Amino acid sequence: MIYFDHCASTPPHEEVIRTLSEVMLLHYANPSSLHRSGMESRKLLQRSRGLIGELFHTDAKEWVFTSGGTESNNLAIVGAARRSNARGKHVITSAIEHPSVYDACKKLEREGFRITYLPVNRAGFVSLSDVESALTEETSLVSIMHVNNEVGAIQPIEAIGSLLKEKRNVYFHVDGVQSVGKLPVRLRDWGVDLFTASAHKVRGPRGVGLLYVRDGVQLEPLMAGGGQEDGLRPGTENVAAIVAAAKAFRIAMGGQKERLMRMNGLRDRLVRCVGEIPELVLNGLGLASSVAEMPEADGASKGGGILQEMAPHIVNFSYPGMKPEVFVHMLEKHRILASTKSACSSKDDKPSRVLQAMGLSHAQAASGIRISFGDEHGDVELEWLCQMLPLVVSKLKPLERKGQRE
Amino acid sequence: MNADMILIRYGEFTLKGRNRGQFERRMLDKVKQVLEPFPKAEVTRTYGRLYITLHGEPYESIAKGLKHVFGIHSFSPVRRTESQLEIIQEVSLEVMRALPKAPRTFKVSVRRVEKSFPYDSPKMNHLVGSHVLRAFPDLKVNVKEPEIELRVEIQPEGTYIFSEIVEGAGGYPYGTNGKAMLLLSGGIDSPVAGYLSMRKGLELEAVHFHSYPFTSEQAKDKVIELTRRLSHYSGVPLKLHMVSFTEIQTALAACNQEPLIITLMRRSMLRIAQGLAEQSGALGIVTGDSLGQVASQTLGSMNVIGRTTDLPLLRPLIMMDKNDIIRIAEEIGTYETSILPYEDCCTLFVPKSPTTNPNLKVVQKIEAYIPRLDEMIAEAIASVETIVVAPGSRASAEDAGQDDWF
Repeated sequence: MIYFDHCASTPPHEEVIRTLSEVMLLHYANPSSLHRSGMESRKLLQRSRGLIGELFHTDAKEWVFTSGGTESNNLAIVGAARRSNARGKHVITSAIEHPSVYDACKKLEREGFRITYLPVNRAGFVSLSDVESALTEETSLVSIMHVNNEVGAIQPIEAIGSLLKEKRNVYFHVDGVQSVGKLPVRLRDWGVDLFTASAHKVRGPRGVGLLYVRDGVQLEPLMAGGGQEDGLRPGTENVAAIVAAAKAFRIAMGGQKERLMRMNGLRDRLVRCVGEIPELVLNGLGLASSVAEMPEADGASKGGGILQEMAPHIVNFSYPGMKPEVFVHMLEKHRILASTKSACSSKDDKPSRVLQAMGLSHAQAASGIRISFGDEHGDVELEWLCQMLPLVVSKLKPLERKGQRE
Repeated sequence: MNADMILIRYGEFTLKGRNRGQFERRMLDKVKQVLEPFPKAEVTRTYGRLYITLHGEPYESIAKGLKHVFGIHSFSPVRRTESQLEIIQEVSLEVMRALPKAPRTFKVSVRRVEKSFPYDSPKMNHLVGSHVLRAFPDLKVNVKEPEIELRVEIQPEGTYIFSEIVEGAGGYPYGTNGKAMLLLSGGIDSPVAGYLSMRKGLELEAVHFHSYPFTSEQAKDKVIELTRRLSHYSGVPLKLHMVSFTEIQTALAACNQEPLIITLMRRSMLRIAQGLAEQSGALGIVTGDSLGQVASQTLGSMNVIGRTTDLPLLRPLIMMDKNDIIRIAEEIGTYETSILPYEDCCTLFVPKSPTTNPNLKVVQKIEAYIPRLDEMIAEAIASVETIVVAPGSRASAEDAGQDDWF
């Protein structure tokens, strides 16, 4: 089997597994305990936090270990909104966020917050001018993902960050679960206040998330308990998994540049292959680094819009008129593991919320397939995939529901 | 501004004729240490000044390091350009624009060393000055007391332009003014006292008193960490003497003189410090005392405590307010460690109402009745555990676990 579902989860490094089991075996003491063993556990946590701080060019104390991306996103959004509701009860996010952001915002809505869900263009990009015009005196938080997990559109985080720098009262949260290790992340330069990452997306263990909380940003904890993680995230720390996660982040971020180059090559190849099959429609932009310019309202005066780019490891396409589950099962018969929508919501039958937000037809939005690469993929795997895709399409062609092809 | 060079001015030691050569060599060594991570940067020594040529290395990072080199009075980022009028004028503008705060008044001082340059100094003052004035409508010339002096030096190899003057740490190069023993408790004050002493050129060794099991391993770690931080400024390894104080403390506590116990403890500590000073040839004892801050730091207490030693007691913080001490602690990076909540052996035995005005005769009498006090002090000196803490050494948290876990 060739596992093309790295956006859902990744195979952990052997090194990571070894670290996890060795630390589990030796350092089972509770980091809050006073004795020597407790202190050793505590220092392992400190060293892990120090490493994470260093990797992101931030202070160690600005990082909170959580149980995963979902918890980090919830803590960032709900925690920041509730804490700063005296300043305003308006939150800006996009229509294409991961459910852990989207539903956290829905929850805030039920608590009386006003949420603006920014639209995206047909390629899946939020526009800077939309962010700007959505801002009000009441806005306390803007949450935009770095890389969309379904189509791979890279959002203009740097530009939004510099827009928000002038507005001191608005916190900026970025869900970076899909970007860490694939793209450069410069939290301080970009003016990011809160940032989410997840270990199991970078070949680390399940059950560890990171939340960057810039020094000075106040959050309300979601859970009550023993005051761990600076009171933000009570519960006995998962020391072994955290150490292993720190290692996974180190490896992932160390190889980021090289990985970006390599995967862009793989992506271009797959995009070309999809383009040659008339039944398939690519979702998002074709080229990984397309220089398409955003039609900003004020773009002309600034001499151009913002570069629109796609992440190197995600390709999303639709087979309108074909149930995506059937497509995925047929691919599996040919040793290819792929995904429909995001794994978290792939079991329900509705069209993809993200593809719909991009303005795609119902048929296209209901038939999306996602291929996402990892480090183990090279020319051989891509060759196989590019041979199988037309084959699978030709096998499925008789089952096409013609009326639904737009 | 993209600085090409850094001009370094020495501090007060330039006044001292005889030791000057030695001081300058120490300074040069220390500056070279700062430049170690930046291999392309070159340092050259001229009369009374040092020049760093950056060759593309980052000014900001190097400036950060230079700010803590003792003996540097101030330094300036310098632009180097071709000796051509128009270029000099343009770069002068850039230099003025790069100032952290826009000045209201300025003057131009041109030195024409290269006499083949077509305009003489007064003419150049005018040509550069009027060019700058045109670009900054709110700026005025003030020849007598300008906020900013824009310096232009036309040398045979090119023209140097600078205006920003960054204040350095001042003082004397480390270890050029003799050696003293620092009492290092782990609190906020004593590391600051150590820093200020080193800034005045004192070479230091540190003494810490612990009373395990009344104090914890973490308290010891904390002091090692503080010493590590201080060694960053000395630039050479620092010795840290760990003295076991448990036996003496227990004996003092047994006298049932609760209000006097801190006085008694401090006297014994000074005697131990004196013993250690004699062994290592230190000629003074540095403490973090600040007048009136706590009961043992009233004039009355200091009189009774200080009489137990013949060595000069140096108290750099004696007339400083707590806020100023904290500010320095934050600047030198010891504050966060100092406030970690681990008991040291003084805080643990603080009586409810310590005396602020002990009686020397009474204190001496109590000491005379304590069996084996002199022997215990001699034993404490003999059984000292000396740790050498090097500037580049890792903090204990950075050393946690096994390296291959991270």
